[in-house]
Amino acid sequence: MTIEKKITLWIDGVKVTVPEKSTILKAAASINIDIPSLCYHPDLSVIGACRVCVVEVEGQRNPVASCSFPVTEGMKVKTSTPLLRRVRRDIVELILDNHPMDCPSCSRNGTCELQKLAYDLGVRERLFEGERKRIPVDTSSPVQRNPEKCILCGRCVRVCDEVQGVHNLSVQNRGFHNVVAPAHDCKMIDSICIHCGQCVNVCPTAAFTEKDATESVFEALSNPDMHVVVHTAPAIRATIGEGFGFRPGTPVTGKLVTSLRMAGFHKVFDTNFSADLTIIEESTEFISRVQKKERLPLITSCSPGWVNFMERFYPELIPLTSSCKSPMSMMSTLLKTYYAQTMQLDPKNIFVVAVMPCTAKKFEAARPEHMAPWGKPYTDAVLTTRELIWMLKCLGVDFHNLEDGAFDSPLGVSSGAADIFGATGGVMEAALRTAYEKITGKELEALDFTDVRGVEGVKEASVQIDGMTVNIGVANGLQNAKNLLDRVASGEKEYHLIEIMACPGGCVAGGGQPYPPRGMYVLDPELARLRARALYSIDGAKTLRKSHENPAIEALYENFLGAPNSHLCHELLHTHYEPKFPRGVK
Amino acid sequence: MKSALLIQEINKAKEVLPESVVRYIEDCVSRKNPNSHLISVLHKVQDHFGYLAKEHMDAVSILMQIPSAKVTGVASFYHFFNFAPRGKHRVSLCMGTACFVKGAGKVLDKLKDHLGIDVGQTTEDRLFSIDVARCVGACALAPVMIVDEKVYADVKPDQVAKILAEYGFEPRKAKK
Repeated sequence: MTIEKKITLWIDGVKVTVPEKSTILKAAASINIDIPSLCYHPDLSVIGACRVCVVEVEGQRNPVASCSFPVTEGMKVKTSTPLLRRVRRDIVELILDNHPMDCPSCSRNGTCELQKLAYDLGVRERLFEGERKRIPVDTSSPVQRNPEKCILCGRCVRVCDEVQGVHNLSVQNRGFHNVVAPAHDCKMIDSICIHCGQCVNVCPTAAFTEKDATESVFEALSNPDMHVVVHTAPAIRATIGEGFGFRPGTPVTGKLVTSLRMAGFHKVFDTNFSADLTIIEESTEFISRVQKKERLPLITSCSPGWVNFMERFYPELIPLTSSCKSPMSMMSTLLKTYYAQTMQLDPKNIFVVAVMPCTAKKFEAARPEHMAPWGKPYTDAVLTTRELIWMLKCLGVDFHNLEDGAFDSPLGVSSGAADIFGATGGVMEAALRTAYEKITGKELEALDFTDVRGVEGVKEASVQIDGMTVNIGVANGLQNAKNLLDRVASGEKEYHLIEIMACPGGCVAGGGQPYPPRGMYVLDPELARLRARALYSIDGAKTLRKSHENPAIEALYENFLGAPNSHLCHELLHTHYEPKFPRGVK
Repeated sequence: MKSALLIQEINKAKEVLPESVVRYIEDCVSRKNPNSHLISVLHKVQDHFGYLAKEHMDAVSILMQIPSAKVTGVASFYHFFNFAPRGKHRVSLCMGTACFVKGAGKVLDKLKDHLGIDVGQTTEDRLFSIDVARCVGACALAPVMIVDEKVYADVKPDQVAKILAEYGFEPRKAKK
């Protein structure tokens, strides 16, 4: 074992000892000095572009960027001097000089890091006003790009490259004309963007945002001819509380339901129901492939970011990917078929709203494969968690003090297996619970597959089912997925079942989730862990924990669908994929 | 291992570029740090076509397996690369300090006015394109205008039309 070398330095007169390859910024953080920063992100590569994090180092002629400056033995650092305060303030002022400054009407008002920084650093007047870049907003895709608000910190470029492996964004042009854009400065919808929304999450300003759907929902809610129903994804109950001051990881299912009723939705259903349904369909597909010795591994298809990625980067995996629609699309389809029939409603008068942790779901909802025969999408509007938080605030809902409500029946009944869909490994665990019992016919005693829990990028395990060793792989974050899939392609390892979620940590850290609270950051593994813990606690507290034991699902098959993977199931609950162009470079 | 679909893509990309460039790329890719050869590959492509079109850059992206956002990011950074076909005659005006002080700005205005195009653009008949140079090192001759290889010294705005006429400029034809 090599012993890590330590370095001792002085920061603001305080002696601090840190590992050798540390930076001044990290060393300062270890003694609770929070040096202001902007382009820096703890989980992305360091580029030292913005210079907001400058500090004075004895012996250095000029202030240095603490995010990239390595610590040396005996170094003496000052993090707060009159000079530094002035320099930092001037840097932020110069950034603001090229910024629209429409804070009160900006969607990031209150969550903008630039706004906060300007306040913290004492920017109270504008000394430098000059020419400002004028570039139109790109509203072509669910991930909206507003280059005028871009401060060129490059976090989006780095998250797209390093975490997601998509490489859709790069700095184009030069100097004053610099713009972060896809290849050829093309529209996002024409690019290789997979709409995962991680750029939205890491963006300090409103240069990347989700395309707003709240107006169409408000409109539907005020239309007396419309029957407006909503269903909420498993991950929402674990995160929406953060928008109202709850600590991350506080499950607020009951309050969420009540708040949606207050907002005026006629019925409040649970996407969990169709998550259970997905498990039945997917495990049936899996068992049939195993029994017929057909192509394996089976790869999950719940994550729309992953589906987009697969179609552009791994079209050769189309035959391996489950044909199951995602829980969202299954639910919306059922609402306009089964539910409409049961309630004797004209499906054209049902407006389906899905609350999702995801920007790619907006893209999925608009896919031609998910259109009803009358030419309208099964899912009329997709709201991200952030959008719903805003809507509830706009409506004056006192979320914190709400009584707990319960989802409407029958599309609101779900097992614990569905709750954990929102965390990486959750779909796998839910599938295993059902596949095990279906294959063996025996009751599974230990329901917790802890090998697939946790926020590691790639998780692997082998499960014994009826004498057969089932190799499973779980990846979250698409760069991790690439690593796993390349191992499949090279034949290095044979898997039977693979779960992929596009976002690091799974849906709990999706592209539509609340911006992190103070003291935490986007991509923070601790944040994903806390949010996932909320889901596992809901699962653990339920008595119904296996999808195939959900009585509402059993009734659905009996009264409407027939058997799993039946003809009607294929018509309503399954989909297909196509290679998409332009292709991404792996 | 390359999938069949990727091989198809690669073959399609090979048809876009001349064989010599494809061979050059293959050589670059086999070397250490293949990505570092991107600029020289783009030079070769521009040498051949006179400019970099979208499909040329996309082909480079596929053959070098460099994301196309990076390829266009690099290409759009350097002044040398241009994205539209250049004119038969390339008019280059020096905008160095000396030339500028001696009235190159007014010469440029006249040039743009006559040809009806901006800097970096090409006339519809593909006869002329305008570039600006940052000091050609002939300050004594300021303001300097260069057409193809020929240098014109001490150019006055009212001489522009006459110079262009040497290359087939007809005032009515070029103006929209």
